[in-house]
Amino acid sequence: MTATVAHSPTRNLPNPMLPNPYRVQRVRKETQDTFTLELEPANGQSDFHFAAGQFNMLYIFGVGEVPISISGDPGKPRKLVHTTRAVGVVTSAMQQLKRDDMVGVRGPFGNDWPVVEAQGKDVVIVAGGLGLAPVRPALYHVLNHREKYDNVVLLYGTRTPNDILYRREVEKWRARLDVDVHVTVDRAIHPWRGNVGVVTRLIPKSPFDHLNAVAMICGPEVMIRFTVLELERRGVLPDNIFISMERNMKCATGFCGHCQWGPNFVCKDGPVFRYSEIKPFFGQRGL
Amino acid sequence: MTTVESIESVLERHPFFKDIEPRLVHQMAEHASLSSFETGQMIFRQGEAANQFYIISKGQVALEVFAPQQGAIPLMTLSDGDVLGWSWLFEPYIWHLDARAMVETQTITLDGAGLRAECDHNHELGYHLMKHSVEIVVQRLQAALMQVIDVYGLKKQ
Amino acid sequence: MTQTTLRVNEHGLVQHADLQHLITALHDKGYQVIGPTLQDSAVVYDEIDSIADLPAGWTDEQDGGTYRLKRRDDAALFGYTNSPQSWKKFLHPPRRRLWQAQREDAESDFVFMPENGTLPRYAFLGVRACELNAIAIQNTVFTKGPFIDPMFKALHDAAFIVAVNCIQAGGTCFCASMDSGPHVHSGFDLALTELIDADRHVFLVEVGSRRGAEIMEQVPFEPAQEHDLAAVRRIESAVADDMGRTMDTTDIKQFLYDNVNHPRWDDVANRCLTCSNCTIVCPTCFCTTVEDVTDLTGNQAERWQRWDSCFTLDFAYIHGGSVRALARDRYRQWMTHKLASWIDQFDSSGCVGCGRCITWCPVGIDITEEVHAMRESDTTSAEISTLNMV
Repeated sequence: MTATVAHSPTRNLPNPMLPNPYRVQRVRKETQDTFTLELEPANGQSDFHFAAGQFNMLYIFGVGEVPISISGDPGKPRKLVHTTRAVGVVTSAMQQLKRDDMVGVRGPFGNDWPVVEAQGKDVVIVAGGLGLAPVRPALYHVLNHREKYDNVVLLYGTRTPNDILYRREVEKWRARLDVDVHVTVDRAIHPWRGNVGVVTRLIPKSPFDHLNAVAMICGPEVMIRFTVLELERRGVLPDNIFISMERNMKCATGFCGHCQWGPNFVCKDGPVFRYSEIKPFFGQRGL
Repeated sequence: MTTVESIESVLERHPFFKDIEPRLVHQMAEHASLSSFETGQMIFRQGEAANQFYIISKGQVALEVFAPQQGAIPLMTLSDGDVLGWSWLFEPYIWHLDARAMVETQTITLDGAGLRAECDHNHELGYHLMKHSVEIVVQRLQAALMQVIDVYGLKKQ
Repeated sequence: MTQTTLRVNEHGLVQHADLQHLITALHDKGYQVIGPTLQDSAVVYDEIDSIADLPAGWTDEQDGGTYRLKRRDDAALFGYTNSPQSWKKFLHPPRRRLWQAQREDAESDFVFMPENGTLPRYAFLGVRACELNAIAIQNTVFTKGPFIDPMFKALHDAAFIVAVNCIQAGGTCFCASMDSGPHVHSGFDLALTELIDADRHVFLVEVGSRRGAEIMEQVPFEPAQEHDLAAVRRIESAVADDMGRTMDTTDIKQFLYDNVNHPRWDDVANRCLTCSNCTIVCPTCFCTTVEDVTDLTGNQAERWQRWDSCFTLDFAYIHGGSVRALARDRYRQWMTHKLASWIDQFDSSGCVGCGRCITWCPVGIDITEEVHAMRESDTTSAEISTLNMV
């Protein structure tokens, strides 16, 4: 016997595991293996509000779901923009998407870059490779409210000049008189005439006041580690350094346990962390 | 003489000469001169005798390796405030790389051979120069290691 | 004078012969009653119809890597210590479908279809103090954060809990060290203590909720006397003194954080098979993964959630490899999470001292022994942040 009484109180609660249908507006190739998706809700128009630094879970029918940071302008909630690299089954399927195809979207999840805390201060953004994508919304925000910040510096490193993300936009930023943009590559390819060397080498000479700067770092963990060292050498306090972490994520809601990092769940306590708060275990192997 | 005076004041402020007593800095300023290089001009070439080193006042310099099929491969770029060259301090005193001005570049050029001879009987000077040179070597080595490991290769989605 | 109703916090005495009325009353209220029963040479929690399904006269012998049923010399219904699997499998099922998606063909749009089916209303009979705490801990995980797991919440809130106080401690029990037993204090609808001797076989019932009081209206009972309550207190203190294991939890969070590079992690890694048994039997372990499947046409897709374990290599995979590549990393993650980071995350320990991870470890790794061994040689390394720098 199974005494099952009709009982589905779940209907009254929002289900954070259920994706919403979105439609591809545009797919743009960025570099050899990276691309940008522009999405809009499939069921009528509604704005997608998010804070700079948050991420979504994107689902491809029958294939699977992956976390991807939002890389659009938080001031333009009409368009949902994601940039990613085709590295796994899901992102490779994503690369094949065409205009009008559907994807599932859950989000936004996670916390955000300290764009409010940084008001009145110098903003130093250090990005490596595809790491420019998750931090671009912070730069948009700062540039949208340029008068609220002092010096704004973007230091960006990639493997080769061909790996520079959002290249035309980076060139536009570099032409601005109110932002200091420095790009450097590991391996120069003709006709590159800019800096050669890792991004950390740009830090000692960047125009910011180390006592009045907020640094936001996004890139692979090793790059973050050396960038933090260089910023500390420059005198930036651990309280004013923020990093974006990556861990395996399945649910994005703190239920699945995969993204644990020390005491944190990267999905809900991060992905942005204040360096002083994670310093005791940052860089610790196998955590 | 104004040039020596201005060179001396630049040297005094530069981290490379930190902890070196003014008397010695003054001595070094006497071994120093101002140079400027046109865009594209070679500052030194691989295999040449390394008898000087440079403090870049303004400009940008590429350290390059030349490969027959690939042409000049820039390994690292240096700019304002950077110290260029350490081969003058270590045997066999030969440049291992090419250095080329990427833009019009001004440097303070120091007489490495003269300083080397000075260091042989002034060990205190030798110690400070060696210490600061090694600091630069360590920084460049760390940066080079990061270039080798392809530090941007594995990035979040 | 006969009392006919009990209020919350009141006690009554139910004869062994009348306990069936409790199960019947729960059935009548529409509950699916789950209780201990014998299966595959073990006491397991499964659906029961009557008192006859309970493991009368059985107990178990538990030690590191050892579990064995034994005959008792009385007919106690709850004379075993605990079941290999906890109540977790009901409130947080090992596998469940999260949603479905459907499309006409590869070119057409798809729609998501949430799971709106009916859920069972469980009545759990025989929930031990440690297990009650484990249920509360999972409730915190799934319903007290920024998001709520609607299915867990629905199952949890609907579940009727009949707790049972332990009348003996098992060989791997250490709930007394974890402050999570052996006596139940709150979080139940009814709590039973089995009193059995040559003269009588009765159950002292404590009412924990109005829901519990309502059910008791259908169960014959007598008023409990002071000497009955005293008997319960005697059992409680005897069981607490008889724990098979102990753990020193003093400042354990900082202790484990500070000993992130203790050599003992390598030692335990040499024994650990990373089989994930401990996480499966643990009543608080909550980790899951998801599987996306399609039918043969490719037009019907489903997403399933299933239990996962931090002992698998895939668990912490990010593009390029696993963050926790070594067994050492994974054992450390599990134990540090249970005993230390859980406190930061959920304001309580993640361990209730039920001892299942010890009993069901195929090589008998004992979490209490690991803590003890580490405390013997504290390697407190306060400054670890820059260890791996060039």
